[in-house]
Amino acid sequence: MMKTDKGMSIIVKTVTRISVWLIILYGIYIIVHGHLTPGGGFGGGVVIALAFLNVMLAYGKEFTEKWLNFQLLHDIESSSVTVFLVVGILGISLGGAFLANFLSKGDLFELYSAGVIPVFNILIGIKVGISLFLVVWLLAGINPEEEDE
Amino acid sequence: MPIETWLTFILVFMILGSIISLEIKDILSSIIAIGVVGLGVSLSFLFLQAPDLAIVQFLFEIFALIILIRAFIKKDYHVEEPRIVNKILIGITVITLCAVFLLSIKLFELLPPFGEPLMKTAQYYIDNGVEQTGAANFVSAIILDYRAYDTLGEITILFTSVLGVFTILRIKSKVKKVTAGDDDEN
Repeated sequence: MMKTDKGMSIIVKTVTRISVWLIILYGIYIIVHGHLTPGGGFGGGVVIALAFLNVMLAYGKEFTEKWLNFQLLHDIESSSVTVFLVVGILGISLGGAFLANFLSKGDLFELYSAGVIPVFNILIGIKVGISLFLVVWLLAGINPEEEDE
Repeated sequence: MPIETWLTFILVFMILGSIISLEIKDILSSIIAIGVVGLGVSLSFLFLQAPDLAIVQFLFEIFALIILIRAFIKKDYHVEEPRIVNKILIGITVITLCAVFLLSIKLFELLPPFGEPLMKTAQYYIDNGVEQTGAANFVSAIILDYRAYDTLGEITILFTSVLGVFTILRIKSKVKKVTAGDDDEN
């Protein structure tokens, strides 16, 4: 595990290649069904962050930096907060109050229901997933031996 | 069995885990013993019928375990020798805690019984939440509709923490580069 720069054995890499997409799918399921089943944006976001972390532990930091565009991830993560605020301000004009639920409520237990709650769930999921992974990625860049000098 | 018995059992389990994590010499075993505490919290959320919190707590425990192992496993720690001052301090702490507990027994008698909170706001949410929000998962309805300001604050905290980590680590790497350049010139 500590040789994160070179990656782990071929067994771990093969299992990761298959399982990481299932983990990401599960995270997306938890986020999208946040208003119907237990979970929501925060839990699903942590699942997605753990999936990316799985890739980073198995394949190493250098491969992950080639695989993912970290500048783009940082931009998405920052803009999701802005979109959250924009949806909240839209509530002033369309719903009468900040962060008001201005979309139609729909039928209970349907996927397209509950107004803006699924939108907020998706935004929080993006935000939590990417930002937790970015923090771990930045902390993994520190070499403990260099710190002591 | 009543739920309080299970909760007491889990609480004793968690206290044992934290004591072991403090006393054990090996750093990896200590980190794993810390994980017992998070698992206990997650289990007690399940017993109290809060699956949302249990999921988040369980996932975050995995996350924290990975970060702790990554951060601490390479470093060597010196073993602190027990000193007399430490023992005196432990004694004073135990005596103070016992005194506070004994003096506040009257307050504990004033607490409402388990499962009957003083706040009656929750009853309003249970009665009107489904019509007003249209969400089947009630926790989601509260944190994203009634208490959306809280969620906005939470997101802002995450945003600020990522910005802080970015800023601090970038400054460090710049300083390193500058000092390395000076060494080359010399």
